[in-house]
Amino acid sequence: MKLVTAVIKPFKLDDVKTALETFGVHGLTVSEVSGYGRQKGHTEVYRGAEYQVDFVPKVRLDVVVADDDAADVVDVIVKAASTGQIGDGKVWTTPVDELVRVRTGERGPDAL
Amino acid sequence: MMLVTAIVKPFKLDDVKHTLHELGVDGMTVSEVQGHGRQRGHTEVYRGAEYVVDFVPKVRIEVVVDDETAVQVVDAVTAAARTGQIGDGKIWTVPVQDVVRIRTGERGPDAL
Amino acid sequence: MHVDTGDTAWLLASAALVLFMTPGLALFYGGMVRAKNVLAMMVQNLGAIAVVSVVWALVAYSLAFGPDAGGGFIGTLHLAGLAHATAPVPGLHLAVPPLAFAVFQMMFAVITAALLTGAGADRMRFSGFLVFAAIWVVVVYAPIAHWVFSPQGWLYQRGVLDFAGGNVVEVDSGASALALAVVLGRRHGWPRDVMAPHSLPLTVVGAGILWFGWFGFNAGSALASGQLAAQAFVSTQLAACTGLLGWILVEHRRTGHATTLGAASGAVAGLVAITPACGFVNSMAALLIGFLGGVTGVLAVSAKFRLGYDDSLDVVGVHGACGVVGTLALGLLAMHGAGAHLLGEQALAVAASIAWAFTLTYLVAQLVQRTVGLRVTPQIEVEGLDTVIHAEAAYDFGNVRATRLG
Repeated sequence: MKLVTAVIKPFKLDDVKTALETFGVHGLTVSEVSGYGRQKGHTEVYRGAEYQVDFVPKVRLDVVVADDDAADVVDVIVKAASTGQIGDGKVWTTPVDELVRVRTGERGPDAL
Repeated sequence: MMLVTAIVKPFKLDDVKHTLHELGVDGMTVSEVQGHGRQRGHTEVYRGAEYVVDFVPKVRIEVVVDDETAVQVVDAVTAAARTGQIGDGKIWTVPVQDVVRIRTGERGPDAL
Repeated sequence: MHVDTGDTAWLLASAALVLFMTPGLALFYGGMVRAKNVLAMMVQNLGAIAVVSVVWALVAYSLAFGPDAGGGFIGTLHLAGLAHATAPVPGLHLAVPPLAFAVFQMMFAVITAALLTGAGADRMRFSGFLVFAAIWVVVVYAPIAHWVFSPQGWLYQRGVLDFAGGNVVEVDSGASALALAVVLGRRHGWPRDVMAPHSLPLTVVGAGILWFGWFGFNAGSALASGQLAAQAFVSTQLAACTGLLGWILVEHRRTGHATTLGAASGAVAGLVAITPACGFVNSMAALLIGFLGGVTGVLAVSAKFRLGYDDSLDVVGVHGACGVVGTLALGLLAMHGAGAHLLGEQALAVAASIAWAFTLTYLVAQLVQRTVGLRVTPQIEVEGLDTVIHAEAAYDFGNVRATRLG
């Protein structure tokens, strides 16, 4: 099993979610995170005091999938999340040792 | 390639950011999380009703880097984030099988 | 004595309006501090209302407006405890019950003390501040109020004009704030660390309430309902508007942005500047004074960075500097008696107020710091005042939070 993690632009979440559901992935975890890369942030000014805000809001998706599906899932996400502009984000996969469905106690591939 | 994850005290974010910059790591993802460990939380009281808040705000920083850089990152971030007080956090690494830059489709080390 | 119901109704309504300014200030300041300290800021303002009102009724009213003890410096304790509440206020010929006047002035003392929370934001102990405020009202506010507002006061006798508190409230609080900021010292991490406002919507609502209440503050100071109150009311509005425009105009030229905080602050700066002048100048002069206030404010708030004192929320820059400008401008723009002589008297009043307020506040703050304690410990400052001092958190947006005890 693999954990596929994607950091994407927030407004792309709907597209990615829809694409994943079409592919057959129905569960995922989403967090609001801050990204920092080559996409510039912005400046804020309060009574003359200037602050540089480098972090840009992003959304992180985490989904555990079967080994055979991992590569396809990555492609699905990349296609759905891409705009061609700086700051589109990244997707990566890491191996998963153990997976359990809390409600039923099912383990391994049965828990996907 | 490695995913390096660090849980640090929020006010240490700036120091860690600068440290990563110096190592040539320009991109990172930051999330606000809650930590629970040996660092005590605090109590709140509302019209006599007491609540114990065990969770302490932390910041999670994640970067994907090549294997060599990963070792440097762990050491440098540990030094930058340390205060010597309980609650300084933890850093760990997991292997990454694949990484894709969404904007361009570049894979592997090219996507770092 | 003759009681005019119209005058009395307006004065009582004005007292309520001025009281409302302190919760408004709590919002104005609260939005400007970091989230971890918002409750501490707000409860300090509530605490100021409570402590100052009581001290006012017990002694400070008498010291400010009681029969003069000699030299026009301070009143006696003849009216302490709001005694002789039906006897006319010494020197004043009003058609309102003296109690109405006393409670109206009470609200002025309250808001002036509350302004000082802005200078000590993010680092002042609650108990220390309450003790400080109680003493401050007696030794700083009451004397200056006596000098300027009481017809027996020495500055009043010299012809100094201060319609609603340019000296008594604004210059006074500005100079006191400087002393307080100096005694407290800089915040941990200032000016390097990010200390941006956490909720400007709160600040804007607060500014709106201050603006609204200021009509009671200024027009209520006519102590009568009629032409004078109307002039003060109109001047107040016009000055608030040109203050706002003046601030954001200069701000836009300097930074490239007209900000919400700038607009809110500019309105307040204009209101501060017109406070001494509102009943003494015509409407067009009010436009000018407000504009001067706005421009002064936006420039003055940078001074602390150059001079190195941490006046967290710019009480010195907005209230002090704009109060001075308004008080002096009045010397040249008053409808009656404007000129070099009046300007000289206004300058004397400003100098006397600054000298007294700064010196006495410095001493009182040092006294409180060394006894009860005025500044929090560094650990408390880093963690946040709300959770440590008040056992509360202002915002609860999450699911992961707390467990119930007991």
